[in-house]
Amino acid sequence: MASVSHAATPRWRRGEGLRALLWLSPWLVGVSVFFVYPLLATVYFSFHRYDLFTLEFVGLDNYRYLLNDPRVVTSARNTLWLVAFMVPAQVLFALGLAQLVTMLKAGVGLFRTIFYLPTLVPAVAGTVTFVFLMNPGTGPWNQFLALVGVTGPDWFGDPAWSKPSLTLLALWGCGNTMMIFLAALLDVPRHLYEAAAIDGAGPWRRFRSVTLPVISPVLMFSAITGVIYALQYFTQAMIASRVASGATDSAGSAFVPGYPDESLLTLPQWLFHVGFRDFSMGYACVLALLLFGTSMIFTLVLLRQFRRAEEGS
Amino acid sequence: MSVTVTASSPAALRGARRAGAGARRRRVLMWVATHALALALALMFLAPAVFLSLTALMTDEQALTSRLWPHTWNWDNFATVFAKSQLLRWTANTLLYATLGTVFMLVSSVPVAYALARFRFRGRRPAFLLVITTMMLPPQVVAVPVYLLWARAGLTDSLWPLILPMLLGDAYSIFLLRQFLITIPRDYTDAARVDGCSDLRTLLRVVLPMARPAIAAVALFQFFYCWNDYYGPLLYGGVAQDGWTLSVGLATFKAFHSVQWNLTMAATLLVTAPVIVLFFFAQRVFIEGVTLTGVKG
Repeated sequence: MASVSHAATPRWRRGEGLRALLWLSPWLVGVSVFFVYPLLATVYFSFHRYDLFTLEFVGLDNYRYLLNDPRVVTSARNTLWLVAFMVPAQVLFALGLAQLVTMLKAGVGLFRTIFYLPTLVPAVAGTVTFVFLMNPGTGPWNQFLALVGVTGPDWFGDPAWSKPSLTLLALWGCGNTMMIFLAALLDVPRHLYEAAAIDGAGPWRRFRSVTLPVISPVLMFSAITGVIYALQYFTQAMIASRVASGATDSAGSAFVPGYPDESLLTLPQWLFHVGFRDFSMGYACVLALLLFGTSMIFTLVLLRQFRRAEEGS
Repeated sequence: MSVTVTASSPAALRGARRAGAGARRRRVLMWVATHALALALALMFLAPAVFLSLTALMTDEQALTSRLWPHTWNWDNFATVFAKSQLLRWTANTLLYATLGTVFMLVSSVPVAYALARFRFRGRRPAFLLVITTMMLPPQVVAVPVYLLWARAGLTDSLWPLILPMLLGDAYSIFLLRQFLITIPRDYTDAARVDGCSDLRTLLRVVLPMARPAIAAVALFQFFYCWNDYYGPLLYGGVAQDGWTLSVGLATFKAFHSVQWNLTMAATLLVTAPVIVLFFFAQRVFIEGVTLTGVKG
């Protein structure tokens, strides 16, 4: 039996499993050291109080504290806002921009480059620039609004406007998503549009019944990754708070992220503050597990999407 | 989008001819509307860069006013930024992180992606799912134990905790490379194997030359990721300014060095310029690379 199956598979195919293991081993070590072990250690620390010096078992205290932490509620509410408004706004804007680029006849390359470029600007630099542009004193944005008769708010200094301000920044930096959509739109078979045109379908109808079904896997993929990135939202919010409030953040400083009024506080920032500024490592691990749980839900949705895409092709 | 009407019946032909003039006018209107909209949007996309540059060239006094056009061009601001901050040191640190990070990532991730794309073995699918999971996981989830590991190794307050793990593969790069490598027809690699090439020789002689565009794209993405990274260097860069990267330095610039915006904008410009220059040198690689990140399996 064994010799028969050996004869059927070429010699160089034998032991492929073992060779694969060999090739994957550095990465497997990486996953163990930087993913599996830390995840288990996070669970372990979550039952302890740990400040880098003393380790003390406290049972479920950290979890009880979580339920009474008003900042967790605030972070969750802010993140929900990002998921409900910023992510759809960015996806739709990127889609509209990509569609516009497909309709252009002159200067396509130039327009595409201009729309793409801001995505490459370092997050810190982009955020600092927007805080300047939209500052109510000397910023050009409110001066522009005044020209058209609108009194602009104190964007990054007003808790009601800070998240919309960051949404504008996200729209400015949508170039990556736009390029993915652009590739998907150009992949839509041309004859489908022609068939729809003969059937007398208008532009909107053509978009809904031809374009949308073809690009929907790509849209779905972008929306889910968008949600996962919203859960990790850190840099832009932290920089906006810092620059707008004029505060520095260094170990031991009193700066609490989220300025103004914790309107930009997100879970990753709170975790960072608790763990690496207050050195409450145990409670930080509880926050980490909360973040892990929520991201895992959306990652599983993404994995299912992948399976579907691979079965389709 | 040119719609060619392939009418089959005479009635449809007549209808098409009558609609001809109207359709042409509609096409011209459409051309004007789409290009005007694109132009307006392009100006809005460029505006931040324009005002950033103008403000970077203002004198201190003028930066306190709401005037938008500098009346004297104060090029000294850039020199002042270098004098007032450790910008050179931060650039060196950022370059070290980005260069070593990219090289280490390539050395470790290409073989893993190759194995995931080419070897047939049980666990191939779970391994790929594990790549996606670790790629999507927020870095903050495992931050505490990983930080404690590096603290025990005495390497916190340096960028090594960000550089060294790149030797053990980067999930995002492995994912992108794998997506590209599975599109290489199996016949090529099988033929090399039949001719007696080892796995390593097949990778170096057959796969690498074909995968050059994907490898270039992944390398560029990694370089940009490191250059722009804020969270990592904030966590490990330490309190002393000479260990910082450009992102961390720029984040504190406004608070530490100037009440006015002009110096902060000059610093922002200096941090952003290299990235934009690099983009124009490698534009093609970028544009091709981005499409790799789509969902197509």
